[in-house]
Amino acid sequence: MYPLDVPASAAGGPAIAVRQLSKVYSSEAAVNALTFDIARGSIVGLLGGNGAGKTTTIGMMMGLILPTSGTVEVLGVDMARNRHQVLGRMNFESPYVDMPHRLTVRQNLRVFARLYGIKDRESRIGEIVRQLALDSFFDRPSGNLSAGQKTRVALAKALINTPEVLLLDEPTASLDPDTGDWVRSVIENYRREHGATILLASHNMAEVERLCDRVIMLKRGTLVAEGSPQALLARYGRATLEDVFLDVVRGRNAPARIEKADS
Amino acid sequence: MAISAHPNATFSLERVAAMVTRYLYLLRSSWPRLLDLIYWPTVQMVTWGFVQTYVGQASAGSGPGRFGVAAGTLIGAVLLWDVLFRGQLGFSMSFLEEMYSRNIGNLLMSPLRPLELVAALIVMSTLRLMIGIIPVTGLAILFFGFNLWALGLALGAFFANLVLTSWSVGLVVSGFLLRNGLGAEGLAWTFMFLLLPLCCVYYPVDVLPAWLRTISWALPPTYVFEGLRAALTDHVFRGDLMIQAFVINAVLFASSILVFLWLLRRARVAGTLLQMGE
Repeated sequence: MYPLDVPASAAGGPAIAVRQLSKVYSSEAAVNALTFDIARGSIVGLLGGNGAGKTTTIGMMMGLILPTSGTVEVLGVDMARNRHQVLGRMNFESPYVDMPHRLTVRQNLRVFARLYGIKDRESRIGEIVRQLALDSFFDRPSGNLSAGQKTRVALAKALINTPEVLLLDEPTASLDPDTGDWVRSVIENYRREHGATILLASHNMAEVERLCDRVIMLKRGTLVAEGSPQALLARYGRATLEDVFLDVVRGRNAPARIEKADS
Repeated sequence: MAISAHPNATFSLERVAAMVTRYLYLLRSSWPRLLDLIYWPTVQMVTWGFVQTYVGQASAGSGPGRFGVAAGTLIGAVLLWDVLFRGQLGFSMSFLEEMYSRNIGNLLMSPLRPLELVAALIVMSTLRLMIGIIPVTGLAILFFGFNLWALGLALGAFFANLVLTSWSVGLVVSGFLLRNGLGAEGLAWTFMFLLLPLCCVYYPVDVLPAWLRTISWALPPTYVFEGLRAALTDHVFRGDLMIQAFVINAVLFASSILVFLWLLRRARVAGTLLQMGE
């Protein structure tokens, strides 16, 4: 699919370059020889059923999980070896992590702004509080917030350093439709205003269709389909991405080889 | 290694300060946490203070023997043991707070470097020790007329050696927490008690069987507690013991940093860093 001799670190190269990436736990492959690029400024959806390897892949992109083989480069930096060179330019949100419960939203954002070396911290925090409408619970302990409020605070943490690369693991899971829609708008606006690269792992196909320029589908750790949502719909002859997803994970209309369905 | 306040430095004091601020926010938010720092050292000191008083009175009837003199070291030993135990607990508890709140992933994904986190934990261990121990030393003077501060320079050497050991143990325990998750939480509370009989807090090394003395002398706190007994009973400062303790501590601390970094790497291999929590 992708020539492996393309130097990912080249100026203007992809924001994220994944090459033959594998992760094996005991004898089971959680991720198997993934190879793909994510272009700068794009939003890419990472789809797959439970246990498909999405979180492990994101973990390796963050450098929190070491690959068994293969490489991940973010903004030209090998995440297994030199992740600290680029961590200040990226951020993430995941349901597997939380903000310290006893600290207020204000205190948490101050700590993370300082960790990320934000110059004018109070001004940046004020900006993000307005953007994400955190005012009404800004001085409440993070542990006392509703699921929707917690998601907004986690998103505020993820955007505090105005990241060039944003990794979002199910950012709208467990949110009501209204809040979910609001979060999607924030993500869209952020990409539009900052030209950021966003990787979005989600089970919400409508969300993926709305936000993503491209979709990567995983099944048991293997890349089984990729392309723009429109191209995938055309290729599988389906009306919704959800139907395409079901075809892929259930092996219906399975293509004979890994598909790259370009628009 | 470049030490700087610059956000992109290899070692950033700004990031260390951020983490210390985070832990101070936490301490400030909960008075039971503050009370806990003082409560147990006070209970320990008062209990052992009365034991010391009783033993002193019981031995007075038969004249001032070695037993009566040795009893005078009990409060000192208890206070210094608390420095060792509370130093490690202060280090490990701050680290455990990150795991309880499932914040480790956020921290390790931020520009914070492992050694900056370690530095912040060391600062917090010291602060928590000060909050816990200083008032108790005052109470020891008030209740039992025992002035730990009268040890002067020797106290500085004792303190430095004990906190170095406590941080080494704290580092290894934190490494196991990273690698094994909260399943290893018990280590934070009990690991130091393994050292209690071996480093001869309440009795001289001579009491141990010969084969155990070798192990005991491999532990820096043994030198401190022997030094304390020498200071209180013979009124001499054993600088030789303190130097030996510093040398062993230097090796121990450097090794514990390597063990911590190795366990962090093992956690990255095992893929456990994103799944930590209660």
